[in-house]
Amino acid sequence: MKAVISVTGKDGVGIVAKVSVKCAECGANIVDISQTVLDGYFAMILIAEVSGLNIQFGDFVDAMTSLGNENGLRIHTMHEDIFNSMHRI
Amino acid sequence: MSIVTRSDILETINMIQHENLDVRTITMGISLYDCVSDDINRLCDNIYDKITHKAEHIVKVGNDIGKKYGIPIVNKRVSVTPVALIGGKSTSEDYVKIAKTLDRAAKELGINFIGGFSALVQKGMTKGSEALIRSIPQALTETDYLCSSLNVASTKAGINMDAIYMAGKAIKELAYLTREQNSIGCAKFVVFANAPEDNPFMAGAFHGIGEPECVINVGVSGPGVVAAAIKRAGNCSFGELADIIKKTAFKITSVGQLVATEAAKELGAPFGIVDLSLAPTPAIGDSVARILENMGLEHCGTHGTTAALAMLNDAVKKGGVMASSSVGGLSGAFIPVSEDEGMIEAVNVGALHLNKLEAMTAVCSVGLDMIAIPGDTPVETVCGIIADEIAIGVVNTKTTAARLIPAYGKSVGDSVDFGGLLGTAPIMNVSPFSCSDFIRRGGHIPAPMHSLKN
Repeated sequence: MKAVISVTGKDGVGIVAKVSVKCAECGANIVDISQTVLDGYFAMILIAEVSGLNIQFGDFVDAMTSLGNENGLRIHTMHEDIFNSMHRI
Repeated sequence: MSIVTRSDILETINMIQHENLDVRTITMGISLYDCVSDDINRLCDNIYDKITHKAEHIVKVGNDIGKKYGIPIVNKRVSVTPVALIGGKSTSEDYVKIAKTLDRAAKELGINFIGGFSALVQKGMTKGSEALIRSIPQALTETDYLCSSLNVASTKAGINMDAIYMAGKAIKELAYLTREQNSIGCAKFVVFANAPEDNPFMAGAFHGIGEPECVINVGVSGPGVVAAAIKRAGNCSFGELADIIKKTAFKITSVGQLVATEAAKELGAPFGIVDLSLAPTPAIGDSVARILENMGLEHCGTHGTTAALAMLNDAVKKGGVMASSSVGGLSGAFIPVSEDEGMIEAVNVGALHLNKLEAMTAVCSVGLDMIAIPGDTPVETVCGIIADEIAIGVVNTKTTAARLIPAYGKSVGDSVDFGGLLGTAPIMNVSPFSCSDFIRRGGHIPAPMHSLKN
């Protein structure tokens, strides 16, 4: 199963690094990254395989949210099924 | 990236973060048939034990699912078998005891509301139903999370006017007993025609007589999402507009189906229905009135409002039914006044009146909802408003309901603040002319004819 992680906020050095290090620590394997900066505003969508997480999915969501809070970013982690059910018939 | 595209992902995130998309409620319906006892204390113990056992994990499961999918699940609730059906020989005092038991169970579980302090009296009243109705003012005053409803009419049975008269008296008494809290007791009591038996929304939720032992019903919301989609579409034809609403409703309902399926699995109860209602809250950007205004009305309540609402309600249902294996409950667009910032503004600027609201209920999903009227409104006038609303449902074979608040000590120009999701209600004007002789006749209005339609 996969998780979709969205990261938004003011651009700065090392955002991708911080997010990917946290994913690695938790055992989430990144399979896709799409990232852009527009007028100094950072936006990234990251898809990670989370079957091999070394913590509960709920704790992973909390870990990513607090990483965002610590760095002035908004990080939202969601199970991929919500997108599949909304956008596929 | 998977088949879901980047723009799909952004659309979903935007709906949740900026357009107030949420799952409004996971409601567990629990049958109380096997709690029956001829001893009132034993009955209460059985009820408490069954509810706290069956719904033990509902709050945790709801929160976990919300976290997993990144979508708020606002309320976790329980509905039970209409209490009048399991009260046996209970007196009004006994029913108050049952009410407090239900409230205690709700507090133990940490849920937001418990519904089902109800009676089905469309054809007539049993002694038990009558005792329960008489206990409603005290029961709702002395509890915090309990909701109560009456089904006073159906298309097949006609209208029980005696029950409406009793309901009117209960509403007035409730308003008085809870006068220190702006008559908030009335917000927890609703009078129905053709009440659905699988409705997850309060105050009218109960676990119907043909329902299984235990069931999970989910109510989704998202008026802000529909309003934003219509605004983005700009000036388009009605056909295109209907299409936009349908597609949006499909997406919203899909989330409800996903959550309902998972909640049912985790809680070990069968999935019942998804109720695909547009349920507004007092928050900015979560209003049904604003959807109608985005369709081209200067203010909700002006000419064209009923047509706009009819189209919205129908398109929401059409879009939603395809997204869920089982749709039920109240499904459609709710038009409460106090819970919708656009409705409140429409009343305050003089665009929306009670008469127009009554017309709108002929095409919306429920009825006159959360409407505050002057505290000195005679009981017969309260009953007249209810009877009109109920008649619309009975004749048109639809669910209608009335949740009226004759706010004690308040008059037109005042408003009452209930806080939270219940919002703020401006006091609305009612007709000064009497319907007393009509209401006092007593008896039953026969069921309507269903041929010779015109």
